[in-house]
Amino acid sequence: MNLHEYQGKELLSSMGVAIQRGYVATTVGEAESAYQRLKEETNTEYCVVKAQIHAGGRGKGGGVKLAKNEADLRTYAGNILGMMLKTPQTPGGMEGPGKLVKKVLIAEDCYAPDFDACKEYYVSILMDRETRRNVIIYSTEGGMDIEAVAENTPHLVHKEYIDPLAGIQGFQCRKIAFNLGLSGKAYAEMVKFIAQLYKAFVSSDASLFEINPCLKTGDDRIIAVDSKVSIDDNALYRHADLEAMRDTDEEDPTEVEAKEFDLNYVKLDGNVGCMVNGAGLAMATMDIIKLSGGEPANFLDVGGTADAERVEQAFRIILKDPNVKAILINIFGGIVRCDRVAQGVVDAYKNMGNINIPIIVRLQGTNADIAKKLIDESGLKVKSAILLKEAAELVTEALA
Amino acid sequence: MSVLVNKNSKVIVQGFTGKEGTFHATQMIEYGTQVVGGVTPGKGGTKHLDRPVFNTVVDAIASTKADVSIIFVPPAFGADAIMEAAEAGIKVIVCITEGIPVQDMVKVYAYLKTKNTRLIGPNCPGIITPDEAKVGIMPGFIHRKGRIGIVSRSGTLTYEAVDQVTKAGLGQSTCIGIGGDPIVGTTTKEAVELLMNDPETDGIIMIGEIGGGMEAEAAYWVKEHGTKPVVGFIAGQTAPKGRKMGHAGAIIGGADDTAEAKMKIMASCGIHVVESPANIGETMLKVLTKK
Repeated sequence: MNLHEYQGKELLSSMGVAIQRGYVATTVGEAESAYQRLKEETNTEYCVVKAQIHAGGRGKGGGVKLAKNEADLRTYAGNILGMMLKTPQTPGGMEGPGKLVKKVLIAEDCYAPDFDACKEYYVSILMDRETRRNVIIYSTEGGMDIEAVAENTPHLVHKEYIDPLAGIQGFQCRKIAFNLGLSGKAYAEMVKFIAQLYKAFVSSDASLFEINPCLKTGDDRIIAVDSKVSIDDNALYRHADLEAMRDTDEEDPTEVEAKEFDLNYVKLDGNVGCMVNGAGLAMATMDIIKLSGGEPANFLDVGGTADAERVEQAFRIILKDPNVKAILINIFGGIVRCDRVAQGVVDAYKNMGNINIPIIVRLQGTNADIAKKLIDESGLKVKSAILLKEAAELVTEALA
Repeated sequence: MSVLVNKNSKVIVQGFTGKEGTFHATQMIEYGTQVVGGVTPGKGGTKHLDRPVFNTVVDAIASTKADVSIIFVPPAFGADAIMEAAEAGIKVIVCITEGIPVQDMVKVYAYLKTKNTRLIGPNCPGIITPDEAKVGIMPGFIHRKGRIGIVSRSGTLTYEAVDQVTKAGLGQSTCIGIGGDPIVGTTTKEAVELLMNDPETDGIIMIGEIGGGMEAEAAYWVKEHGTKPVVGFIAGQTAPKGRKMGHAGAIIGGADDTAEAKMKIMASCGIHVVESPANIGETMLKVLTKK
């Protein structure tokens, strides 16, 4: 689950990590009062208006602006709130429709008063699958696209692996601060920043913390100016406070609906829908669709219980996508009996009444023969197969 | 022979009296697996499915000499159950539980390094040595005793491969479902290595999916040490970048963990890569008869 920048910062701040101060606003009026509060706290007229959407590169689409006075603030907040913000990471990229901005973060200009005395760093934490350890990735090249830095100047990207049983040690924090070229107060601040950041990462069950930039201010403080935070979905049961931060506006509405029915659905751009039990087989089914001349319209794992009700829900979700020209149902019955699933398909089909596209049902495993007979004799316009290969041929036929 | 489990394996079930534990323990017993008891804290001293229930894994081992454990506890208790089994001295732990938090598994993985235990899973269908022992949730009847070893990250896709192998007239030595999570106890390479060293296995089917570097690692190992034909498939050729495809571990992070990249590496290491999951069984048959 991804958090907004302002939510990530709230989380960091609550765990003792220094952040850029700011207040979130949903209207221009709220933005103005946030500005007044900030002005009193920071003693400057300047502030930054930042669009809150789940995508990076917001500055490129005009979603981040430096306001130099209250009039600027009003203009920028007014422009950004309600805009369709396009960034390289929103669906379709800079050519796509963009994402609706519903909230802005009014944040202190932490580069003031002496911009040149500031320095931007990069710090992130994630679980490294190869070593099965958490790793802190850091660089002196902050404020830029870290993938480009790693590509062009790999020697400037450092990694520090943390022993899972011992946790982060002081020498590791010191090493990071030294490698970033810091000394004096800024060094001490960075040591503290890294230690707190790591503790926050583990205790919030995060799967990613990315602080870019992590800023050394003119007066040698170290603060998180941006935050990209993802939380491990599997751990949300022990973080009700974080779960409450979920913003379903940022997710595909059909995927949100599918989740309510406990269906694992991911929307794709193709023309053949699919309904499968098991994630691996679902991916393999998408591949079969492609090899048969179609493009998968979705990933959908119905899980272990494929009864009439779930099949019907799955049908409804797939059919919401107007691009779907055919549906392939692929069930390997193990514990689930195929005849039950077949009955589910027949019942769901009859209940829905108006499915006008070809349906191909491939049922294999327990009672596959009975299931095929059930489908074949149902009188419905449903084609059945037992072998995966036969199903693939039927998909090609349906698209022809 | 075969690997990991056989007819002599003495299996206990952690989470024995729960719904999942009860259902699958029953199926395992029907298959002929030696299920010698189970663990449900607080229910020690009672009987379930005509077998003794213990409070702790230590008690269960003392009474039954169990060497294999299968875990069906809810995700919040998964890490704890794995570590309890390892500490007590269980040799092969099969964790079926799906949804254990990643940070829990980071700790478990480090903890297991200090123990003489092999963990399979979590989030896996388990292990089966046909006609000897089924320690998992797979449908037993699709398997046939034979000489093909299967390694896979997924459940139903493994059944698909098993079924094709059986229909091709071949059978299976041992099928190992290693699990779909980002951190699993036994990697693709380790499972392939076990089967490569098994005298009762003639060929290996390796089924991977997008995300992580396990298949590449296994492929490079096969190139160096392989003595038997390996047929490989990677699910998710059509999966978009950055989206989780059901399994917590099935997510494309960069350029090297796409299906395409993995298949290329596997082919370059001498693995017979199939593009279509419908051709796994027949490819194995072809490769074996050509030999």
